[in-house]
Amino acid sequence: MSAASGPSVPPGGTAAPAVAMHGIDKSFGPVRANRGASLEVAPGEIHALVGENGAGKSTLMRVLSGMYAPDAGTILVNGRDVTGWTTARAIEAGVGMVHQHFMLVPTLTVAENVVLGREITSAGRLDRAAAERVVSDLSAGTGLVVAANRRVSDLSVGEAQRVEILKTLYRGAKILILDEPTAVLSPPEVDELWRVLARMREAGDTIILITHKLDEVMEISDTVTVMRQGQTVGRVATRGTSPAQLARMMVGRDVVLAGQGAPVPVPTVSTAVPRAALAVRELTVADSRKAHAVDGVSFSVAPGEIFGIAGVEGNGQTELIEAIAGLRPVAAGAVLLDARDVTRQSVRERSDAGLSHIPEDRQQRGLVLDYSIAENLVLGQQHRYSRRGALDEARIADNARRQIARFDIRPADASAPARALSGGNQQKVVVAREMGRDFSVLLASQPTRGVDVGAIEFIHAQLRDARTAGKAVLLVSADLTEVLALSDRIAVMYGGRFAAVLPRSEANEEVLGAYMTGASGQAA
Amino acid sequence: MTAPAATVAPTRTRRLREQFEEAVLPAVVALLIAALVGDVLIITYGQSPGAVYRLLIEGTWGNAYGLGQVLYKATTLTFTGLSVAIGLRAGLFNIGAESQLAAGGFLAGVVGTLLPPGIPSLVVLPLFIVAAAAGGGIVGGAAGVLKSKWGAHEVITTIMLNFIVLALLNYLTVAHFKVFDTLHTADIRSGTIARLSAVVPAFHGSAASLVLLLALAAAAAAWWYLFRSRAGYELRAAGLQPAAAEYGGVNVATVWWKAMLISGAVAGIGGLNFVLGYKHYYEDGFGTGAGFLGIAVALVGRNNPVGVVLAALLFGTLSQGGLAVNALVPKQMVDVLQAVVIIAVATSVPEVRGLLRSTRTRGASDA
Amino acid sequence: MMLLAVIAQTIRIAMPYLFASAGGVLSERVGLIGLGLEGYMLSGAFCAALGGYYSHSPWVGLLAGIAGGGAFAALYGLCSIRYRADQVVVGVAINLLAVGVTRFFLRFTFGSSSNSPRVPGFSVAETGSGFVALAHNPLIWLGALAIPAVAWVLYRTPFGLRVRAVGEHPGAALSVGVPVGRVRWIAVLLSGAIAGMGGAYLALDQHQFTDQMTAGRGFIALAAIIFGRWDPPRIGLACLLFAAAETFQIRLQGVAFVPAQFVEMIPYVLTIVALAGVVGRAVPPAALGKTDE
Repeated sequence: MSAASGPSVPPGGTAAPAVAMHGIDKSFGPVRANRGASLEVAPGEIHALVGENGAGKSTLMRVLSGMYAPDAGTILVNGRDVTGWTTARAIEAGVGMVHQHFMLVPTLTVAENVVLGREITSAGRLDRAAAERVVSDLSAGTGLVVAANRRVSDLSVGEAQRVEILKTLYRGAKILILDEPTAVLSPPEVDELWRVLARMREAGDTIILITHKLDEVMEISDTVTVMRQGQTVGRVATRGTSPAQLARMMVGRDVVLAGQGAPVPVPTVSTAVPRAALAVRELTVADSRKAHAVDGVSFSVAPGEIFGIAGVEGNGQTELIEAIAGLRPVAAGAVLLDARDVTRQSVRERSDAGLSHIPEDRQQRGLVLDYSIAENLVLGQQHRYSRRGALDEARIADNARRQIARFDIRPADASAPARALSGGNQQKVVVAREMGRDFSVLLASQPTRGVDVGAIEFIHAQLRDARTAGKAVLLVSADLTEVLALSDRIAVMYGGRFAAVLPRSEANEEVLGAYMTGASGQAA
Repeated sequence: MTAPAATVAPTRTRRLREQFEEAVLPAVVALLIAALVGDVLIITYGQSPGAVYRLLIEGTWGNAYGLGQVLYKATTLTFTGLSVAIGLRAGLFNIGAESQLAAGGFLAGVVGTLLPPGIPSLVVLPLFIVAAAAGGGIVGGAAGVLKSKWGAHEVITTIMLNFIVLALLNYLTVAHFKVFDTLHTADIRSGTIARLSAVVPAFHGSAASLVLLLALAAAAAAWWYLFRSRAGYELRAAGLQPAAAEYGGVNVATVWWKAMLISGAVAGIGGLNFVLGYKHYYEDGFGTGAGFLGIAVALVGRNNPVGVVLAALLFGTLSQGGLAVNALVPKQMVDVLQAVVIIAVATSVPEVRGLLRSTRTRGASDA
Repeated sequence: MMLLAVIAQTIRIAMPYLFASAGGVLSERVGLIGLGLEGYMLSGAFCAALGGYYSHSPWVGLLAGIAGGGAFAALYGLCSIRYRADQVVVGVAINLLAVGVTRFFLRFTFGSSSNSPRVPGFSVAETGSGFVALAHNPLIWLGALAIPAVAWVLYRTPFGLRVRAVGEHPGAALSVGVPVGRVRWIAVLLSGAIAGMGGAYLALDQHQFTDQMTAGRGFIALAAIIFGRWDPPRIGLACLLFAAAETFQIRLQGVAFVPAQFVEMIPYVLTIVALAGVVGRAVPPAALGKTDE
């Protein structure tokens, strides 16, 4: 199951490894994030920890940094057993972690953020000058350039990340963990970061880099550990490997979805000129940082087609779907449903025009957790289930009975609150609501995330049935096997644009993986 | 396949029981704590708690006059409690019931002075309801629009509006509408509502009027609106999970201002209890404290209209009970107890729920 | 002479606002809504009267006032920090409780439902513009220092840095080892103590406690905090502005000018204007009101 492929680096050299983690188990309720994961990092190297989303990389690193205590396994730092230590002890021992979501106080200055919790004082007063001096010294020593007296809210994302690194260095970090540091950076900022990390390596620091971008791994790291499904499946020297080999290790060979498996013959849309059920024209969507989360994307989905969008999360998929659904303002471009422009229409008008939407976050958006199953089964349709302002209880109950039976929702109790259901059954409620009614276009965003295997198969079958019934389906998923198993055409989204649009016959994991990491052109 | 069908019935009853426990236990805990604090105060004052509590019951539910006073106070509190509860169901904290109540009463009082005498009550009642609802609705709606349009937090704006509106009403009363040498408007000549004593003579002397039927109707209407209407479905969704409501086609900003408008209007109608049912004129400062107690009523009534009516009776009893026990201990003891109930409920809701849930999961894993 | 008298009166009126808003801003900056300021002041006023009455010393009265304000703040902290109760509900209830408790013990101690007997104060007989009397009152100096002192603590000490961090992003503070709960506790207790001084000022200045003598001053202080955008120097100016408006209203009484009620509204209207962002939006600390997470 976890057979590593590729040239393995024999663990251990002459010096004690900076980090040695063995047999780490960590579960959150029923979810086993780490299953006997191991990691060995030599002192003074840049070590890349790679794997797909949900492979357990961040969890493993949080165990190392003391945020989580492992359920089983041992952790050695510089040869000392530190299993189960606290964040404070980890910081003392020189282990610092820069989180994917910054832990900075936006209203404070750079220097204040850096010294917070370990302030420099003179006669009981906060010594600002000293704090700013320390920051500029650290800046000068590492190349992490950022003005010490600026407010963090005024910084760019790249600068904010430098502050996070400075924070760990100020606390004496010798082993630095960076969680997806480039996810939020522009290409020049990424280059800058690599220069800094290389400099720190020269100074003898050890760096662990969590990422799923293979081009980065090849560019900066010395050694790579690959994780899949909570386990470490390989440890290779960067020089002795290739992106293709790493991608194979990340995805594995034996995870192609059960059932039909390999390429489903695509029922090609044969009729003369297929009418687009959903058309998106030059759509641009701004994000909270005023940048373009979606940058001039155009495509259309025909009836009877599943159009899959693959890509690393955070490349604009969420914003694209929400803009199509009417949940997010559009900066430019148009959305057409059955050739009708709905760009300025409300969520409800779009829904009435035949748009169904399985949102990516069912707990926040897809369900009102304190509402009953019956109430949730009419969310967004409440105007159809009411008469003269009053909810039509009889029809709501009738609808619930039918949907519960048809989609096998358990418990089969229409009055149970959605909160009480398992993840799979919660998702079935959403799927039942969105697919159990008349619709012409379905937006399915991460439709099987966090759902058990039985429910995955069921939901996949529903999506295939919708295609057969002539519906247009726009599928967004971070799971490549899912995209490959269901889609007729596949787009890869990267940096707010489509890096490629391929027919299913030309797509496979390696090709998509290459586009996903931003390596446009050369892979295809 | 057979299991689900078999477990449905017990699951549902257990869930109802759990909901009931979570709703009622904090109130019970709070009352016990309040009783304890009351004991301490009474003993401090050198009296016997038993005697004081007996007097409290006798002076409220023990005779028709006391009961009438309780009903009068509970009527106003039902309106302010419903007002706060409707806001909270939409996720908004209306601290402004105090001034919304006053504004409703004021507008009704002014309209009343303009009417010619002799029009039957039932004919002008709708007019009074509209006037009172408009008075409170304008104040509440203003806070709603400030929130929907500019994002100003409703807690602060409603507090500030309390002071602004009360000062404005004071000015209008003093400068334009008062009867010489008083702080009230002229008598209403048409449309006053009969005292309860007109129906049940035993209530003679008490302030309770048939406005209490209006309060019960308001509670029923609020219940229907919140739990049976499409607008209520959308309002509660916006209060529970704004993102999900938005996804369900609800314009959350619109829900906000509408909810504040309705919340204010309900509090405003509460002004009729004093203006139409009791004194038959508007008097500056008539409902002082009823708005803040409305928060307590909504909290103890768990934002459920039925619970609000019961909680209004509880707080009405405490208010009137203060007067009843004044011979033994200062009536101000009751002010303390009311505040203690609020603090204890607010504090014990998360705590009790946590305890209940952890005992339940322990019980479940034992089984 | 007239001008000096106006200034002296303004300072006098501003005192309770300065104390209460100095305390309040500490509480708000650490993320705890200052809705209970009115209650802290009222409790402080009563305790100051009680302490002053039995000890015949205004200093003991002042200490008792500090304790009285602190005690109510401790109750607020217990509910909102320890038990994560809703701050708005508890804040409103703290004010109701203060009214009830002071009334009860007013009856209990002094047998009156309106006011206490005369208690000692700091003030000396008023002469001329009233500046001499002001200068002899140590509480005036304390009040004048309250805002600068809080500003110094907030902006110049490690504790103040932690307060600002906790009120803005408790998670970030926690991640670097700041004891978030302890910082909240210290800030809320200080806020009660300082607001309690404001109450003590009222009671000692008027030489008695009267029922509900704070008369909404705690809410004016809250208005000053918001209008001053949670920044002590601006809050101080807001307090002086509100006090000046009141002074003019008192001085111009009888003169056909603006009705008193409209002058009363000024602080509240300005607060709403500031919140709605008509001229530059007032943005509260990001974690204000969120101790339940």
